[in-house]
Parts: sequence; structure tokens; C-alpha cells
Amino acid sequence: MNRNIIYFDNAATSWPKPEATIRAVETCLRETGGSPGRSGHGMSIEASRVIFNARDALSRLFSIDDPLRIILTKNATEAINIVVFGFLQPGDHVITSSMEHNSVMRPLRAMEEKGIELTILPCSAEGELDPGAFVPAIQKNTKAIFLTHASNVTGTIMPVADIGRIAREHGLVFCVDAAQTAGAFPIDIRATDIDLLVFTGHKSLFGPQGTGGIYIRKGLEQVISPLMRGGTGSRSEYEQQPDFLPDKFESGTPNTAGYAGLTAGIDFILSRGLNAITAHEKHLTELFLQGIGDIAGITIYGIKDTARRIPVVSFNVRDMDPATVSLELDERFGIMSRPGLHCAPAAHKTIGTYPAGTVRFSFSYFNTEEQIITAIEALRKMGK
Amino acid sequence: MNVKSQYFVMLFKSVSYALKAEKILKQEELPHKLIPVPKHISSDCGICLRFEPAIQSKIVAALANKVEIEEIRELAN
Ligand SMILES: Cc1ncc(COP(=O)(O)O)c(C=O)c1O
Repeated sequence: MNRNIIYFDNAATSWPKPEATIRAVETCLRETGGSPGRSGHGMSIEASRVIFNARDALSRLFSIDDPLRIILTKNATEAINIVVFGFLQPGDHVITSSMEHNSVMRPLRAMEEKGIELTILPCSAEGELDPGAFVPAIQKNTKAIFLTHASNVTGTIMPVADIGRIAREHGLVFCVDAAQTAGAFPIDIRATDIDLLVFTGHKSLFGPQGTGGIYIRKGLEQVISPLMRGGTGSRSEYEQQPDFLPDKFESGTPNTAGYAGLTAGIDFILSRGLNAITAHEKHLTELFLQGIGDIAGITIYGIKDTARRIPVVSFNVRDMDPATVSLELDERFGIMSRPGLHCAPAAHKTIGTYPAGTVRFSFSYFNTEEQIITAIEALRKMGK
Repeated sequence: MNVKSQYFVMLFKSVSYALKAEKILKQEELPHKLIPVPKHISSDCGICLRFEPAIQSKIVAALANKVEIEEIRELAN
């Protein structure tokens, strides 16, 4: 590991991972070995426990009563595809925001071609969404609201509690994309009107890539058809897919070692305390925003209030191409950032940075004040 | 001769259910073991939960409204 690397691309995937994540993956591969849910011998049961423990850890983190209401997928993208293609029917109307990631936007656009109606509510130039805009957008055939919990471009946290209430009042299904917030920001399923919570394991949950899932509120599993069908280890005498959770949506041998790592990542979060993690990241974001705020050549996007944003900051340096800035940060200063559109073209149109995009820094619990200060100095040199 | 079974087994819809039951019974400190489903009971390839008949009611009570049970069968010895 190169000690001089400053990794500020945690919104794409978090690095480094906790030691416990790495050890758990290794132990699983070395010792657990068996196929989960399939064979019934000791090693298979142990592998099944690994999978169950991941559900259990996720349900503790999100305050979900029943771990079996969580289905495991390879990432948020697969999870969103299950919901969009399994739940929506031609003739349905869906409301979403202009800050969505392509993993929401593209499936919805594809369903639009198959006959759903789509309303994309515009957000402010800071990426803020007015909950009041939802009610007038609701139609007779509105079935669901899809909303990112926080933008991966501006870091703006969306008013999910308010919009959940509106969804509940109007009998709409509320699907929240928590790819950016799960593990970084509190999510309480008991306290909010979220019907479907989609998450990915490799960002703030500190798990390996190839892990993720969906929480499905009771009853909804009956009206969502699976994207894939196949072996589940259960009901083997039948040639039809099981109709119960989680098996209905979990065909094929899963990424057991990945989920061992995900459980370790979540246990790490719970042992440090989610609030401590959020506070550290908020502190780094504040330090960074203050530090670059007075550099003349730098434009910062998104809201100023760090209580309403995750540790993601988009900016541009003078009229430089973000890709050039990012390359220079890497080559001159060892700072890893992400340039461009961040898979969310509508979000860039919203904040006025389409098509060039922005440079994005995204911090994690493992980043330090010292790294932030180094980055501020680097940008000060480049901003001149 | 009517020899009493030494064990009962509890069958579930799937392995995930059995593991959820296992977690609850561990917390309740009710002795049990997950074993492969014996062929004579079901042709399914899953696992079931073995326990002593004497604690059946305690186990059923601990799982009530938490884990759906498919059936309880005697384990022939
Ligand atoms: C807001 C948002 N949604 C969805 C995703 C997709 O996550 P994944 O690539 O793990 O499927 C990402 C990140 O890439 C994201 O930032």
C-alpha cells in the first residue's frame, strides 16, 4: 500500500476497507467454503450462517424487524433493476427527481419505452428538491416514487421523511436509493415510510464490491416478479420459483465471501458508532469547504449547510476540464478524485455542469484532517 | 412396543428460515441442532432443526409470529 495516496473517491467505492472486512473475506474463503443453503452438511450450514449474518447485520443497521425481508443482490444497480422491471407495468406513472443516478434513470427510461409515464421533478441548482412539488405531480395512475437518499454529485440529502409521508398519504410505493447513504447516515425503516430500500455494500458499508440488496416492506414481495429464476436450495421438488422472501429474488449461488466481508464492515460501523462516523465525515467536509471557499478560481456546487449533505463535494477549477484537474491532482499530489458526469447526466444539467461535469472529492471515515489540508493546498496552487 | 422418539425435527420453507429460528433459539438458550433433512422426511435438499420432544412447546412459543414453521415430525431412530 502506498502511504502517500490520498483516496478521495469513496462515493465510487470506499478504500481502504476495515481490516476486519479483509480478514472476514479471507476466513470465509479459507475455512467456510461450503455452498450456502444447498447441501445441509456442516460446511454448507456454516456458509448459510454467513449469509444470514449479513441480513442480520443489515437489519440491525437499518432497524428492520425481520432479516428475511432483506434480499441480497450484487449491488444497488441489480436491486433497482429488480424493482423497476419486476414491479412497474405499462400504464403506471412514476415520479422521480432530476438528481438520480443512471442506475435509477436508465431502468426507468427503458420502462418508459415500454409504456410507463415518467415525471422527473426538477431540483434547484444546489440539487435541492422541494417536497411540495410532489403532490401536484401525482396522477390517478401514479404507482411509485423513486428517489435517491443523497445525490452522488452534490452530496445533497433529499427530504425522504417528508416525501415518504406524501407517498404514504397517497398510497404510493416509495423506493429509496440509499447507495450513497447506507452506512454513512442514519436510516431507520421503523421510523420512515420507506417501502423499498436499495443499497450497495462496497461504499459506506465498507464491504467488498459485489454486495448489496433491497429491503422489501411486507406484502410488496407478492407484487414484484423476480428478474432471475433458478436454484434456491428450497422447494427443490418444484420447477416453479418459490414465492416467499428471500428465495423468490435470490437464485443462484451468492457471493458468500463478499457477504462475510459486508457483515464485518457493518459490525465495524456499529462498533465505532454511526454517529461518530457521520460526525467525522461532516467535520472533514466542513474543513474542506472552508478551506477552498476563498480560492478565487474554484467553483463549489451544492448547498453550504453540511448538516444536509453527505461527504461528497463537486467543484471546478477555473475553466479547466475536470479530467485535466483530476489527472493533475493524481500525478502531482497523489490525490485520487473522480472527474466527469458521475453517471448522473440529469444532475449535471440541474446544477449547470453538463456536459463537462465536475471534479468530485468524496471522503470516508478513514480520511484525515491532514489529507484535507494537503488537498486544500494543492487546489490553492492549481486555482491560481 | 412403543419406543418414544429421541428427537423431533422442525421443517421450514427454506434455509434462511431455519437460520432465523436458530438465532432466536440461541438467544432463548433452547437446545437444538441444525441437521440435513433426512430423506424419509422430505426429498428437499435443505436443513431442519432437531430438538428433544420435551421442549417442543417452548420452542414453538419462542418462534411464534417470528418464524413460519412448515411442520414438526418425529425423527425415526
Ligand atoms: C446514488 C447512486 N445510486 C446507485 C449507484 C449504483 O451503485 P452500484 O454501482 O454499486 O450498483 C451509485 C454508485 O455508483 C450511486 O451513487
